[in-house]
Amino acid sequence: MSALLETRGLSRSFSGLRAVHEVDFTLPEGQVRALIGPNGAGKTTFVSMLVGRLAPSSGTVLFDGRDVTGLPVHARVRLGMAYTFQITSVFLRLSLHENVALAARRRLGGDGLAVERAVREALSRVGLLEHARRNAEELSYGHQRLLEIAMGIAQKPRLLILDEPTQGLADGEIADFKALLGELARETTILLIEHNMSVVMEVAEKITVLNFGEVLAEGSPEEVHADPRVQAAYLGVPDVAG
Amino acid sequence: MSETARILALHAGLVALLLVLNFVLPAYPQGNLARIMVLASYAIGYNVLFGYTGLLSLGHAMFFAAGMYGMGLSMRHLGFPAGPALLAGLGAGAALSLVVGLLALRTAGVAFMIVTLMFAQAVYLAILLFGKYTRGDEGFVIPQADRVLAGIDLSDPFNRYFVALALFSFCLFSVLWLIRRPAGRVLVAIRENEERARLLGYDVFAHKLGAVVASGTISALAGAFYGLLFGYAGASFAAVQYSILPLLWVLLGGAGTIIGPFIGTLFMFYLIDLTSGLTSAYMLIAGVALVLLTLFAPQGLAGELRKRLWRWLP
Amino acid sequence: MDFGPYLLLASLEGAVLASVLALMASGLSLVFGVMRVVNVAHGEFYMLGAVLAWWVASLAGGSVVLGFVLALVLAPLIVGAIAATADIVVLRRLSYDPERTIVATIGLLYIIQQLTLMSYGPEARPVVAPFNTRLAIPWFEFADGGLRMYWPWGLSTTSYKLFVIFAAVAVLLGIRVMMTRSRAGLLMRATQQDREIAQAFGIPVERVYAVVFGIGAGLAALAGVLIVPIQQAHYLMGLDALLLSFIVVIIGGLGSLAGTVIAAVLIGMSEGIISVFFSPTLAKIIATLLVAFVLVFRPQGLMGKRVR
Repeated sequence: MSALLETRGLSRSFSGLRAVHEVDFTLPEGQVRALIGPNGAGKTTFVSMLVGRLAPSSGTVLFDGRDVTGLPVHARVRLGMAYTFQITSVFLRLSLHENVALAARRRLGGDGLAVERAVREALSRVGLLEHARRNAEELSYGHQRLLEIAMGIAQKPRLLILDEPTQGLADGEIADFKALLGELARETTILLIEHNMSVVMEVAEKITVLNFGEVLAEGSPEEVHADPRVQAAYLGVPDVAG
Repeated sequence: MSETARILALHAGLVALLLVLNFVLPAYPQGNLARIMVLASYAIGYNVLFGYTGLLSLGHAMFFAAGMYGMGLSMRHLGFPAGPALLAGLGAGAALSLVVGLLALRTAGVAFMIVTLMFAQAVYLAILLFGKYTRGDEGFVIPQADRVLAGIDLSDPFNRYFVALALFSFCLFSVLWLIRRPAGRVLVAIRENEERARLLGYDVFAHKLGAVVASGTISALAGAFYGLLFGYAGASFAAVQYSILPLLWVLLGGAGTIIGPFIGTLFMFYLIDLTSGLTSAYMLIAGVALVLLTLFAPQGLAGELRKRLWRWLP
Repeated sequence: MDFGPYLLLASLEGAVLASVLALMASGLSLVFGVMRVVNVAHGEFYMLGAVLAWWVASLAGGSVVLGFVLALVLAPLIVGAIAATADIVVLRRLSYDPERTIVATIGLLYIIQQLTLMSYGPEARPVVAPFNTRLAIPWFEFADGGLRMYWPWGLSTTSYKLFVIFAAVAVLLGIRVMMTRSRAGLLMRATQQDREIAQAFGIPVERVYAVVFGIGAGLAALAGVLIVPIQQAHYLMGLDALLLSFIVVIIGGLGSLAGTVIAAVLIGMSEGIISVFFSPTLAKIIATLLVAFVLVFRPQGLMGKRVR
């Protein structure tokens, strides 16, 4: 498998404080990868540098073998990255239909019929088609999260970055979400930043653990689960494994 | 009736009504309505930026004046006939809005408002500084003999109304077309959630720049026609007040609606017209209206209409 | 007049302008600093100060000094009260949303200006200065191998102009002491730091805002009272003053009082000096463009530090 996304020595510090330090990260095409770590481990900073919301202090980001470190956000998205926000960020005063259409139109342009088809497909996959005419602000929080996913789907991305997608969802909703994620995994590469361990363990093929801005461990869910350093990091015991 | 048909029927209906009025109105309201249509075109231009893109400019008078003076000065000093002079006004507005956009869009929010205010003030002062050519505050009259476009005498009230209506319909329908196109939808997306639009892969800066240029150019077109139709160009059209007025008209009529700018201009024009018969302090009405609108009806008249009755109103 | 005395004269005129400007701009800066709102009606509070000074002085009748002292006290109080009322009635209801607040204060601008036109009228009216002794200023030149003092014709100032400079310095020092030493200043600074936390600690944020808005307007009114014996009171005098204050506040770094005062001195002096040598319109164009470019390329102000 070839690497779709790669970082080399990616670092970012905030006024002397190292949020992310020398991270080498490789994500092969087609994989579902989870990125986990305790609060403040630098996950959000790392992902922000991947999509270009934050410039790294040093290091490079490669997407599909191409150095994208200097590219602005929109140019990276055009290459095939899609990002869903940790805190729901949809167009609240626009209809669901328009929300998803905006996501599809960048790819499909003025082809109204193709956009219409893409919108219906994305909305029905997350089960929101019946609400297409309503404004996003009328939806429940859980449904807004699903709308975000639908916007990700409509972009037909090569890499879908989901930033804590299950945060604030009810248990039933999480079960549905796992099923949806399983389907999506067949179509695209997924990078999942997640707190909910049951989601991570069930869905991810491989897990990367960040701690204090550095990669602490990487491996299959079983390996990571058994790793004493990871357990120590989550329990907050410093340096158990040395 | 489909949504598109309804939208077309409403706006074409307005234009048709205005067309009929040209044949029935007495001279005074006919002249007023011609003026309102040109000013409403200015407001439509302002609304592209404020209502649809969410960028509040306090300096649009510079674009209106660029059109007016681009037209007027090229006529007065270069001997241009009306047609090329209008194009000169249009070009001046487009060029100025491109430059202002490139600079001002590096800022956002309150800074954007102040930067546009300052640029407009510099343009106003420049008109005063070059009083030798512009005749400063006093301004200059465009002679009746020059106000002929394609053989039509624009000083004739009937013709003038007709040309004002043509300009108004052109602006109305081109903006309607623009905001129903994908690029126009992106402007609305930027207004609603800029960061989200960027993360959907849209070049936010380029779209905003396009909006500034479209908005500035339409405003300049209105300014050029205003000078030509009413035969006068003066520095007062570049002063702060002419930047505030389109904001007021759009707020009153309904920001982010196609028909709002016209409704707002019409109401405010007559409100000020009535008051100015009573007192010289007619801008008091504008002040009170601004405060009341921000307090109680930020959506404006057409915005309330959309909220309560016609959700399809573009 | 030779160049030297001419420059000194221009600097003195500049210093008077700088003092008035520093007072007015500090008001604007204080309001922006604490409340994070831009008050476009600030120039009208300055105008109101000048108009009220005329009104109080003419009510006081014969006694010029009494009239002026009364104006100095009453005008800022009345204007401050008007501003605090506007804050409570209008701005508070907008939750101080930056853009809606600007639009509302534009409305206030026209309301105040036009009401003044209706009541006070379109005339420009003077107020007699309480004291106005002409003070000649000596100059030195080299002649016959030695330094010689002489009194160039036209090089003079008035006791009133010196008073304006001293009064402005005194008030600005007073504001600084209030902000750093008093309880009221502490409340304002706490509110400025973080509105929510201040509220959580029981600071009556809304009352602080009304008071700050009132003080800001009062400073503008005081500037108006001080200027009116030098320039006449007119209902349209607010706009130019507002634009100048914007220039000062932005170049000084938004919300920084010290930066504002330094910028006021800089702008006031250079405006005084430049407009002696160049056309005042050109000087204004340069100043407005400077502000625009500062905001575009150095939004933290010329003297402010970049915040990352």
